[in-house]
Amino acid sequence: MPETSAITPQIVAEHGLSPDEYAKVLQLLNREPTLTELGIFSVMWSEHCSYKSTRFWLKQLPTTGPQVIHGPGENAGVIDIGDGDACIFKMESHNHPSFIEPYQGAATGVGGIMRDVFTMGARPIAMLNALRFGEADHPKTKHLVAGVVAGIGGYGNCMGVPTVAGEVNFDASYNGNILVNAMCVGLARADNIFLSAASGIGNPVVYVGSKTGRDGIHGATMASAEFDDDSEEKRPTVQVGDPFTEKLLLEACLELMSSDAIVSIQDMGAAGLTSSSAEMGSKGDAGIELDLDHVPQREENMTAYEMMLSESQERMLMILKPGREAEAKAVFDKWELDFAVIGRVTDTKRLVVKHKGQVMADLPITALADEAPLYQRPWTATPKKPVLSAAEVPAPEDYNATLIAMLGSPDMASRRWIWQQYDSTVMNDTAQGPGGDAAVIRVHGKQKALAVTTDGTPRYCLADPVEGGKQAVAETWRNITAVGGTPLAYTDNMNFGNPQKPEIMGQFVGAIEGLKEAGIALGYPVIGGNCSLYNETNGQGIMPTPAIGGVGILKDMEKRATIALKRWGDQILLIGDTKGWLGQSIYARDLGLTSHAPPPVDLAAEKRNGDFIRGFIESGQVDTVHDLSDGGLLVALAEMVMASNQADDVGAQIDLPDGAAAHAFLFGEDQARYLVAAPQPVAERLLAEARAAGVPAIRLGVAGGRHLRVADLVWLDVPSLREAHEGFFPALMAAPLN
Amino acid sequence: MKAAVVVFPASNCDRDAATALEYVTGNRTRMLWHKDSEIPADIDLIVLPGGFSYGDYLRCGAMAAQSPIMRTVVERARAGTPVAGICNGFQILAECGLLPGGFLRNAGLKFVNKPTPVRVETSQTIFTNKFEAGEVVSFPVANGEGNYFADDETLKRLEGEGRIAFRYQDNPNGSINDIAGILNEAGNVLGVMPHPERHVEPIHFCQDGRRFFESLAAAVG
Repeated sequence: MPETSAITPQIVAEHGLSPDEYAKVLQLLNREPTLTELGIFSVMWSEHCSYKSTRFWLKQLPTTGPQVIHGPGENAGVIDIGDGDACIFKMESHNHPSFIEPYQGAATGVGGIMRDVFTMGARPIAMLNALRFGEADHPKTKHLVAGVVAGIGGYGNCMGVPTVAGEVNFDASYNGNILVNAMCVGLARADNIFLSAASGIGNPVVYVGSKTGRDGIHGATMASAEFDDDSEEKRPTVQVGDPFTEKLLLEACLELMSSDAIVSIQDMGAAGLTSSSAEMGSKGDAGIELDLDHVPQREENMTAYEMMLSESQERMLMILKPGREAEAKAVFDKWELDFAVIGRVTDTKRLVVKHKGQVMADLPITALADEAPLYQRPWTATPKKPVLSAAEVPAPEDYNATLIAMLGSPDMASRRWIWQQYDSTVMNDTAQGPGGDAAVIRVHGKQKALAVTTDGTPRYCLADPVEGGKQAVAETWRNITAVGGTPLAYTDNMNFGNPQKPEIMGQFVGAIEGLKEAGIALGYPVIGGNCSLYNETNGQGIMPTPAIGGVGILKDMEKRATIALKRWGDQILLIGDTKGWLGQSIYARDLGLTSHAPPPVDLAAEKRNGDFIRGFIESGQVDTVHDLSDGGLLVALAEMVMASNQADDVGAQIDLPDGAAAHAFLFGEDQARYLVAAPQPVAERLLAEARAAGVPAIRLGVAGGRHLRVADLVWLDVPSLREAHEGFFPALMAAPLN
Repeated sequence: MKAAVVVFPASNCDRDAATALEYVTGNRTRMLWHKDSEIPADIDLIVLPGGFSYGDYLRCGAMAAQSPIMRTVVERARAGTPVAGICNGFQILAECGLLPGGFLRNAGLKFVNKPTPVRVETSQTIFTNKFEAGEVVSFPVANGEGNYFADDETLKRLEGEGRIAFRYQDNPNGSINDIAGILNEAGNVLGVMPHPERHVEPIHFCQDGRRFFESLAAAVG
């Protein structure tokens, strides 16, 4: 597109700006924008960068607490983990690109979130993800699973950061819009955290990393629109990642950060040079002047428009202290990365872009950031669904067959096929990798560890966004607790459909309410996140999918619990109240009963039960705990059995409490529950203390034998369970494409 | 023992190798930069760590093999200094000619990371003297191109001269003859595809890798 094009309504529409938004641009500038300026507005005011539909609601989330060093607003959130250490983390989506080009979409999603974390001064120590695909037998699903998994591994493995946990769901609502949410957890010193506000008039603005090419132009705009049948044509907007360069960039940035040469630093993510420079100026209440002639370029004859909108990966923008350029350049030379002074901090509060001696853009920075549109979109609350009583749900004729089928179903099967493609043990600090309730990552050289997890149950959110939002937060809190961690804070990745539809906006508003209630009740604030809207194809939206990433701390990593049964003779205890809630359970769903209320989340019970269990883990009395979630009690118990040492299986024998409806007891998905296995004396103490503390707890049975036995309903040997659980993914991925 | 670990661009197990060495031997490990051409004379063990040196561009290990430090590593190896290449380090040793053979993509065409049982084929080496010959231990593999290959002649020599150090029990990548680790003729250079440095501490899956470093400490002094 020539720079001299006149701005027609069609060009405005192609840039994703509504007529009203363009009218606001004209009013703010008091003149017609240049094409470069229009491009800058289009990305800065895109949903992806401006959060124009969600900002109002996101502000309601609890974001403070004694553990919070930096809440939302920076590249990532920062929490205090004691001893002068800080944990920096965030989750971000790369949904639209991953559907179009799964390998590169997922890979650059990983690269982008890592940069968000190391731009603040942290070394990334763990990666997680939350993935949603269409139906397992949909013709595109295998291609997307294979590409996304290879992309996550391809980038993260090369970076040498272990990928330690994640979650995967399959559902028809994701057939045309998969979700790829990646989370990075990093470690920094609390007194050496880098922010992004530009300051110091005249200070050099420095570009480091890869050269700028024409890739990813309009990526942010693409990520703010729905798909249609021609989505494949958007392939050229997907960026291409180079983890090798990012690894060098990581090491170079951390090396320079050990000096005091940097004033502020910002990664170039969505909208590249535009958003990084505008955000640094906006946060510092300063102006930025760029001369694009100095930008390292990979291709010839790039225009200002292209350079400002390129989303080439592995680039950073930093403000240096005056006179420190040579010292900084030496570090980047050592790592063989480009280093160029491309501008200055000014006092004009304007973003001025020069190219070949001409001013191509001259915009007030407040117009790009603070004046970005803010919508309170109309919304309608999701109607409450009826409660499903156990009597309405048929019991299985054959519990063995039902359990085997469930363990081998797409949502419940082992994810080993996926996580064995990720390096989960590099860095040598993985105390517990994939396959548990939360991963446990040692703080290098110390006795403490971080517990990290991602969770969310979209079908609950679809049925009741408020309860579903609460449950997503509560489940991360519970998973962290189940390994012995004290939950500290979470990051939210809000994946929804088109917010201009009141019922979709209502899902968002409801989920935020749930997140808020859970965060407040559990003392578990949100410290950053990301919204991905317009996940729709041909007008059909995804299930509302808030993906929550939680981080907690174990003071002593020796005192942790895993799900595996360890000893014959351990007593199996159930903590938490079981009413047998079948609405929105996997069991009911598989019978086609999908229009009922999900399990309510009693946050007070959640906290009471979790704090109680954590105490037993922290004191070293209990080392075997599993949270109850999808599939309910029977699946959880089967998972504990399957996780036992393969060389010496530990089965389990349990009976049902008097009067319980077996199918509701075994498959109900009541919240705030854990299974615990402990030697007899500990079990007795636990039951007694639970009674005193008002925590519901009952004895179900005993660990041991080579079978899983439940009353006279279930009798399966451990290898049969494992075969069903492990077989699904390899078989799915080995089957020929349709 | 005065061990050194070489850092190439995008090495990523350099810290792991150094911390494992320090954990087991108590000695501080030196880090060497790929652009250096000197290796201090008192260094008596050189470790080429795992990772993705030069982004695996061209071929795994091919570019690292041409780096300035490798000329010196080759000289020192020929003069008898013990050299251990782990994972990408093994690939570099093959590319620079200190060890025979080469690597293909894993037979399953996917990266694989998991604890892997390997049999120690000989205890008569500076790398394995704390193991029993025939013993099965566990080291994790973490590779995408760990599928070792060599021609018949080379294999015959490796097998005949007792230069297979480790053999997979559950071949995770298609390596010919289940080869997981080999020695040079003189026995002072070892390449091993799985990672002994990741099975060292109590938080790891097991501590079998500890004896790999104890062997070196015993042999080197």
